Amino acid sequence: MPKEYRLILKHADEPRYSNDLGCYLKHGGYKALKKALKLKNKRVEGKGTLSPQEWIREEVKASGLRGRGGAGFSCGLKWSFVDRRSGKPIYLICNADESEPGTFKDRQIIYKDPHQLIEGMIISAYANDVNLAYIYIRGEFVEGAKILDQALAEARENNLLGKNILGSGFDLDIHVHRGAGAYICGEETALFNSLEGKRGEPRNKPPFPTTHGLFGEPTAINNVETLVNVLPIVQMGGEAYAAEGTERSPGTKLFCLSGRVNRPGTYEVEFGATLRDLMDLAGGLVDGSELRAVMLGGAAGSFVGPEALDMPLTLEDTRVAGASLGSGVVMIFDQHDDLVDTVRRIAEFFRDESCGQCVPCRVGTVRQEEVLVRLGRGSHIDDERDLLDDLATVMRDASICGLGQTASGAIRSAIELGLLDGIAATGGTEGEGSR
Amino acid sequence: MSFSVPKKLQTEINRTIKKYPEKRSASLMLLHAVQEEFGYVSNEAIEWIADKLELQPINVYELVTFYPMFRQAPAGKHVLKVCRTLSCALGGAKTLHGHLCNKLGLDRNAHGLQTSKDGQFSVEYVECLASCGTAPVMMCDDDFFEGVSLEKADEILEANQ
Repeated sequence: MPKEYRLILKHADEPRYSNDLGCYLKHGGYKALKKALKLKNKRVEGKGTLSPQEWIREEVKASGLRGRGGAGFSCGLKWSFVDRRSGKPIYLICNADESEPGTFKDRQIIYKDPHQLIEGMIISAYANDVNLAYIYIRGEFVEGAKILDQALAEARENNLLGKNILGSGFDLDIHVHRGAGAYICGEETALFNSLEGKRGEPRNKPPFPTTHGLFGEPTAINNVETLVNVLPIVQMGGEAYAAEGTERSPGTKLFCLSGRVNRPGTYEVEFGATLRDLMDLAGGLVDGSELRAVMLGGAAGSFVGPEALDMPLTLEDTRVAGASLGSGVVMIFDQHDDLVDTVRRIAEFFRDESCGQCVPCRVGTVRQEEVLVRLGRGSHIDDERDLLDDLATVMRDASICGLGQTASGAIRSAIELGLLDGIAATGGTEGEGSR
Repeated sequence: MSFSVPKKLQTEINRTIKKYPEKRSASLMLLHAVQEEFGYVSNEAIEWIADKLELQPINVYELVTFYPMFRQAPAGKHVLKVCRTLSCALGGAKTLHGHLCNKLGLDRNAHGLQTSKDGQFSVEYVECLASCGTAPVMMCDDDFFEGVSLEKADEILEANQ
């Protein structure tokens, strides 16, 4: 029987664990911060003398920590690109816009253990010479924003934030900024525009956020789960952290299981666990279900079939298989589920959430949805394949941001798996007709 | 028409603006605050916010039309948001939404936000609310509800009558 391995949600689900500062401190909270702030200049072989900030950045690099928001980019590398030479202020942004369909992991951290995120942010800010940081939280997490505000207030009262934090000479404040229901704002440059009080439309890249981010200044932007992972790295050291998980995907991952399993929910496992392990953790398929397909990585990810059950869910293995791990979405579909309609819903979602700035995405997502609606009404996939391929190519190649570039991915993978073949027309119901 | 903002909200808004190096950044937070107070964002409110942040009204107006959470017209006293994205669709979002519409005398096939005749409830579909493990989910105003059976939906309606 596979087991969970909890590095991040270590205490969050314990019966009497609460999300206030007192409880967090009792469970060893802010020890990593205290350790970080006490660091002195260190001589490291081959690297010369490192300042505490440089040392933390080196450890994060050595840990191999990869971004948990979807792209899987090396956190240490990203931080090393942050422009420190221009003398401009550097910002740290926590991307808590969690909007990828099927993702509900950051919610667990924010609601159950907000101080863990705040501590991770303070250390990350310290390491990147940041004095002002924001948490961009999706608008629908009303309660989450209140919990974070409360936790930030507690941190301020206890000099964990503000001027001269714990006597270290380091100043930092963190503010909560609420989004307002736009999926696109999870894209980092759209998020900057949104935080600047503009419409959440993505910017062209390059230039990248590390040189031209919020207000055009250097910015480090990381997902909630990524920032929290900085804590074990500071505590155990980069090398020890790198030994967890697999070589190219170190550490643990919060996977979000939903759909036809007995115990849907968030499961934290070491990277390397297979799809089968995760489904076992979630109590297996519900009675009478046969596995038909699994959506990995959310609407922006792709479908895999039952033959992928023994694939380790790491960034490298999923990529080899032509899928993506994304933010850790594992959505299970069985033989009763109307996949034509599910895929149509994905197309509808992207049409709805396209920001409308660039033509390939604005028009492509509309055309794509039209095709899926026709399929639901009995049109045959063979008659639509060319058009779908064409749309997918244009959107992937010519869209400004990841939304348009990935809007056809799940649909293409569904076609390749034959999920849209030979299915009787359902008249466009919403996937509930069979139940 | 005059638009007046209560003193308490004024103080809160002034505090919010100070959180940003540039005033314009506070736009979204001010829109949230104003919508929470008045139930929607009127043209007068847009002008007031623009003035407060030293912007043109269009700079604020374009946000109200871009971001799905902002409304330009009053909604019912309570707003019900039913998630319709993948897991919730599988978990019965359409049945849940239809049930609410039937109970409130609304059209289950209509697009967008609709409000019951007595003005007590508005219902709308929204995209993923990030709780796919407990589908179907919905919100009633700021409160979040998981695993919403039809009985639970009735309870939510009753509790907010």
